[in-house]
Amino acid sequence: MSSPVKGGPEVVLRLAGISKRFGPLLANDGISLTLRAGEVLALLGENGAGKTTLMNILFGHYVADEGSIEAFGRPLPPGSPRAALKAGIGMVHQHFTLADNLSVLDNIAVGTESLWRLRSDRGATRRRLLDLSQRFGLEVRPDALVGDLSVGERQRVEILKALYRDARILILDEPTAVLTPQESAGLFETLRRLTADGLAVVFISHKMNEVFAASDTVAVLRAGKLVATHATASTDRAKLAELMVGRSVKPPAPTPLSPGEPVLELAGVTVASDHGRPLLDGVDLTVRRHQVVGIAGVSGNGQTALAELVSGLIRPDSGRLSLKGSVVEHGDPADMVRRGVARIPEDRHSAGLVGAMAVWENLIAERYHDATFSRFGVLRRGAARAYAREVIKEFDVRCPGPDTRTQLLSGGNMQKLILGRTLAHGPDLILASQPTRGLDIGAVSYVHSRLLDARAAGAGVLLISEDLDEILALADCVTVAYHGRLTPLLPHDRVSVSQLGLLMAGHWDILRDILPETVDAA
Amino acid sequence: MRLEPRTDTPLALRLLAPVGAVVAALALCALLVAWTGAPVLRAYGLLFEGAVGSRFALTETLTRATPLILTGLAAAVAFRAKLWNIGAEGQLYMGALAAVVVGGGMLDLPAWALIPVVMIAGMAAGGVTLLGPAVLKVRFGVDEVVTTLLLNFVVLLLVSMLLEGALKDPMGMGWPQSAPVAEAAELPKLVERTRLHAGLAIALGLSVLLWLVDTRTIWGYENRAVGANPRAAAFAGMPVTRVMLRTALLSGGLAGLAGAAEVCGLKGYLTLDLSPGFGYSGIVVAMLAQLHPIGVVGAALFIAGIFVGADAMSRAMPVPNYIADVLVAASLLCMLVAGLLARYRLRRG
Repeated sequence: MSSPVKGGPEVVLRLAGISKRFGPLLANDGISLTLRAGEVLALLGENGAGKTTLMNILFGHYVADEGSIEAFGRPLPPGSPRAALKAGIGMVHQHFTLADNLSVLDNIAVGTESLWRLRSDRGATRRRLLDLSQRFGLEVRPDALVGDLSVGERQRVEILKALYRDARILILDEPTAVLTPQESAGLFETLRRLTADGLAVVFISHKMNEVFAASDTVAVLRAGKLVATHATASTDRAKLAELMVGRSVKPPAPTPLSPGEPVLELAGVTVASDHGRPLLDGVDLTVRRHQVVGIAGVSGNGQTALAELVSGLIRPDSGRLSLKGSVVEHGDPADMVRRGVARIPEDRHSAGLVGAMAVWENLIAERYHDATFSRFGVLRRGAARAYAREVIKEFDVRCPGPDTRTQLLSGGNMQKLILGRTLAHGPDLILASQPTRGLDIGAVSYVHSRLLDARAAGAGVLLISEDLDEILALADCVTVAYHGRLTPLLPHDRVSVSQLGLLMAGHWDILRDILPETVDAA
Repeated sequence: MRLEPRTDTPLALRLLAPVGAVVAALALCALLVAWTGAPVLRAYGLLFEGAVGSRFALTETLTRATPLILTGLAAAVAFRAKLWNIGAEGQLYMGALAAVVVGGGMLDLPAWALIPVVMIAGMAAGGVTLLGPAVLKVRFGVDEVVTTLLLNFVVLLLVSMLLEGALKDPMGMGWPQSAPVAEAAELPKLVERTRLHAGLAIALGLSVLLWLVDTRTIWGYENRAVGANPRAAAFAGMPVTRVMLRTALLSGGLAGLAGAAEVCGLKGYLTLDLSPGFGYSGIVVAMLAQLHPIGVVGAALFIAGIFVGADAMSRAMPVPNYIADVLVAASLLCMLVAGLLARYRLRRG
């Protein structure tokens, strides 16, 4: 463990030997950290490594079992967010804590004024807010309702709320999880302005590129322990990934395979939205066996409709969808499963799994009518549990057993559960929508290797992702979605990230340079 | 002190929670009893005796519990599917109406055939009454809390109209009551010279059956999945709309059966005071039972016992029998707290 700069600016925060236990789980194990004025500290770790617990202790939501905290040289009384606020610590939670029905100004003023005063001095509040907003480039409209703001704007309001209360230490819990890349860049710019003013920032993340984009120092947590603290400039991705996961992580390396017969064909598929603008507009697409086709694009350009179409949730208004050469007339989810489509939904919590039900009940959700799992309408619970035990083992789902309630699993294990449910039956086509969103590095590489295994076994994979690195690492061919239309398939080795970026922004004229023959033919 | 969620709740604690809630409710209401100047322990003693202390008391409690089990099941079944059926009272009266129409001499059948026909007619009438609001909910997103609640008044007015008109008993001395059901439609007594009738056996049988359906069959599995997360159920390929409509038919049917059983087992004819709010009490029963079909039996027995016992107590001491309503309401509130405490653990510091 190497400490970055000795001496240097004032130490504003010192955590010493923080430990916290939840039942049998040691969430934080003797963690010591220091933070200096003007420093951005990234707290990096996988899901469940203890990052959020540590910050909740710092902000007084939890009380540490052991250890002490010192802010600006004075000990911080434990278990009191009020004391933390008073000591100059502000926190921006992953899920915002704003009232949608109040204006920005009211949201910022709420809690800062005495309830016993009859008049509130809104003029002064407004002046102070505008001053802060100008100083740090955090543009907001004070009179807008928070409910009408975009996610990025709400985050600015949260930050302003902390600054309004004179925060000198700002904690951001996974601040970019909900932001577009442009909004993230804006956030990092804000952080630079804040630190230039002498504030100190801790931000929690499990994304590597953010750590390099925004932090001065990076502290890596693994299984509740602080495993390393480095100056960001003196380390690299591979090293940090290894520290986070505890072993070296290899990037996926698809072996070249020649594509087989088509498994999914879309011909001139159009899906109209409720408001008339088409969600999909004359889409042609072919996915073949032994092939991963990646769909890139800014979200909201038809990817959701495409996923719902292949999932069987919606039907084309015109055009044809064929699976393994036969046209699907009245597709519904159950029909798609019967035809050999493995569907990994975009939102595993709300669409993928029933959290209140047991693991085994979720594992049979797509095939409970099979004779293996039910007979004459009666569930064969023994057989279902035995099957669940097999899948849990095969797909390395970490849970106490088949009767565990699904909502107690981590995000990565939920995704493994969905993989187990869909991939265990040798599918012909895999629809993977955002299959690794919100997962940590270990789980991401597991999901990737499973998808590539299925590809090798003969499945075609339709990969919809907002992560261009993921698409370029896995896909044999890429197509870009823009305003409900898809570009022709582009071989992954003939297109660069910057070209994809241009296509995603709608500059389809560059297709001529990438694929002269196709465009001429069309 | 702070609350932390438990990862799993031991069975003993889940069973202990209602007991603790009832004890807490009794302790709270002891203050009210003491306020009337009556000795608290003797009052509760009389209440207990009045509920279960004799053959008569016990059969009265069981008789009172019969419709409560059925309306409790109606609420539990619907609430589990997140179908907020507040209309069990109206469905109960529709079931009773069907029972006096079908069982009132229209069919000349022996008892073994007529009783099932009348009961099924009652279920059908209750089920169809809830089907309307359910269809409006799945098709147009109309809030079923409003539609089912308001339908109660529509049904009561309909029954009132019929009892003053088409169904009025010509031998009824002008009272707004229907003609009695045929003798062959009457449910047999379970115990001689008491009011306890075979409706109880039907209710108990149904709660066991529903529990088996819920845990052991595809139907129950679909119901639970759709109730807990309709989006995920639809994604997995379950027929969400069909499950909703099925649940509505079942829930309304159970409430309708409660009405038919009250008419054929207890009253013999239909009046507007057939139910002292069994439909609404069914919601309390279901909540106390945490929506568990077997728990519904226990909760219904408890509430019936409180009401029957409080009547007996108020005859012997100056404590009004309204204390029963207060006790039941306090139990429900305590149960909600107990349910929370069972799911969380209290930690110091």
